[in-house]
Amino acid sequence: MTTLRTYIIVRTLMTIPIVFTLLTIVFIILRVMPGDPITAMVGMKAPPEYIERLKEEAGLNKPYHVQYADYILGIIRGDFGRSLIWGRRPVLAEILDHLPATIELTIFGFLVSIIIGLTTGTIAGVKCYTRVDTSLRLYSIVAYALFIPWLGMMFQLIFGVYLKVLPVGGRIDPGLTVGWKPITGLYVLDGILTGRFDITMNALYHLILPSLTLGIVLSGAYTRLVRANMIDVLSQDFIRAARARGLSEFKVLKHALKNAFIPVLTMMGLQFAILLTGAVLTETTFSWPGMGTFLLERIKYVDYTTIQGTIVFFAIFVSVVNLVVDILYALIDPRIRY
Amino acid sequence: MDIGFEIIRRTIIPQIRESGLMLKLGLAIVTTIIVLSIAAPLLTPYSPITKAGVALQPPSLRHIMGTNNLGYDVFSRILYGGRTVLTVVISATLLSMCVGVPLGLISGYYGRIVDRIFSIVMDSMYAFPSLILALAIAAVLGPSMVNAIIAIAVVYIPTYFRMVRGQTLSIKSLLYVEAAKAIGAKDSRIIIRHILPNLLPTVIVVFTMNIADAILTEAGLSFLGFSVPPPTPDWGADLRAGHEYLLAGYWWLVAFPGLMIMLLATGFALIGEGLNDLLSLKEAEKR
Repeated sequence: MTTLRTYIIVRTLMTIPIVFTLLTIVFIILRVMPGDPITAMVGMKAPPEYIERLKEEAGLNKPYHVQYADYILGIIRGDFGRSLIWGRRPVLAEILDHLPATIELTIFGFLVSIIIGLTTGTIAGVKCYTRVDTSLRLYSIVAYALFIPWLGMMFQLIFGVYLKVLPVGGRIDPGLTVGWKPITGLYVLDGILTGRFDITMNALYHLILPSLTLGIVLSGAYTRLVRANMIDVLSQDFIRAARARGLSEFKVLKHALKNAFIPVLTMMGLQFAILLTGAVLTETTFSWPGMGTFLLERIKYVDYTTIQGTIVFFAIFVSVVNLVVDILYALIDPRIRY
Repeated sequence: MDIGFEIIRRTIIPQIRESGLMLKLGLAIVTTIIVLSIAAPLLTPYSPITKAGVALQPPSLRHIMGTNNLGYDVFSRILYGGRTVLTVVISATLLSMCVGVPLGLISGYYGRIVDRIFSIVMDSMYAFPSLILALAIAAVLGPSMVNAIIAIAVVYIPTYFRMVRGQTLSIKSLLYVEAAKAIGAKDSRIIIRHILPNLLPTVIVVFTMNIADAILTEAGLSFLGFSVPPPTPDWGADLRAGHEYLLAGYWWLVAFPGLMIMLLATGFALIGEGLNDLLSLKEAEKR
């Protein structure tokens, strides 16, 4: 166990330079790069005094090294600054208001992509080099090339406009949440925790189209990976041995799938970044009140500190998720050690 | 029965056939779209940025893809939009290749502290959600075609860097590179004459796959309003403009631009996949 502990400690320490580098990149993009963010966002026609005032509030008129020090120290203290608009709330509080919606969407989108990816990947792997395999391979390429907003809109058109069976936007019917206090912000879970099953059902109902959209587009990558792993695992000796012992084909597949699934886990870390990118587009398409919608809205209103804070938050979030995935992988696979 | 022959018949031949098919299909899709966008003035009588008829007309013989909310011909906007998309995406990917490949070569060949610094910067960027990074850059620079190109190019530099660095590391230790070093060849000569040519096939595969990726990022940027400003025709931007009218049932405003994005991205992905397969089969043959 000492080696596992060393692995976890070293891997955690390694996250520090990565986060630090990302923070520096964000700083360079938002402050040092040519072009003046505030002017670019307000537009050239804004009165100069107004632009000056915004810059001063965001601390943009100090020398770079002072700005950088303020920025890093602020983040270490957990202080992301205050919003420049609407009640000037702390940026972190605003982010935490919108985060649960994104997490709920990504969890369900992720589940859809894993279910589709595992099924199609297993079928393609078992039927490798047949027509079925070729068509599933084509599926994985096309699914990946689908533009999320377009797929979402086609779903909205079919299920919302023509069939009128599913909601085309939002997280929940507004009337339901009157006088109801969510606990975690994940509506599906909160509905169960507070005994309001109508809320859970309604939230799930709203989740169907967005999570299908996100899940289908992301499933292609899993299809390919599971297929490749299945082909690899199915040719190994223990599978041949299992077949020789007369195990049913279903049980053989269960063994194979368990082994084919381990490498899929490593990919989940990288997939997470893609999941977030997809979530931004899905949220915009389905007016989902999450981080993506929030970030775009604040870019429109030139809420500079909030924009910076949100991007910094994304950077830290992604690094932490990657860390967790790596540690989980080390727990499952004892070969992963330093 | 000869087992070797059986393996070739059952696995290798279908693979070669499949990759050849994918390559051809991809090339057909991409060539068609490129020709259609170049020949746009010959194929449509309407300008993409002037009123061509009554607004929101469904597809008909006069307007085969209908008209949009401003009365512009949707088919014209699709064709001219292809020009915008291809220009932005190909310039951006070429730009990131021109930055990423040299950095990867230097990092992989010289190693040490330079390598450490480049690697950590590139790995961090690689792990970050690409669209959000591009969005931040485009938001700071302001919406324009050149800025969209820069934003997309920056996002994909790590893709080339990581691949080239890894390959350089393995090629560097090959015998013929050692031999070149032993007879006193300069570093620059070794990198340009001995390492770079070996990288080219992989760079080309990554380049085509990267274009597919960049098409989706460009579409994402313009869908969110951070690429070319209106009324320039662009598929992503048209999709966003059409979204407002979707719930009223005007499906042709969004169906066609999105279909084009998917087709073009699929085309490049197929070329990349096909090339990749052929390349790895060739590698396997060598052994």
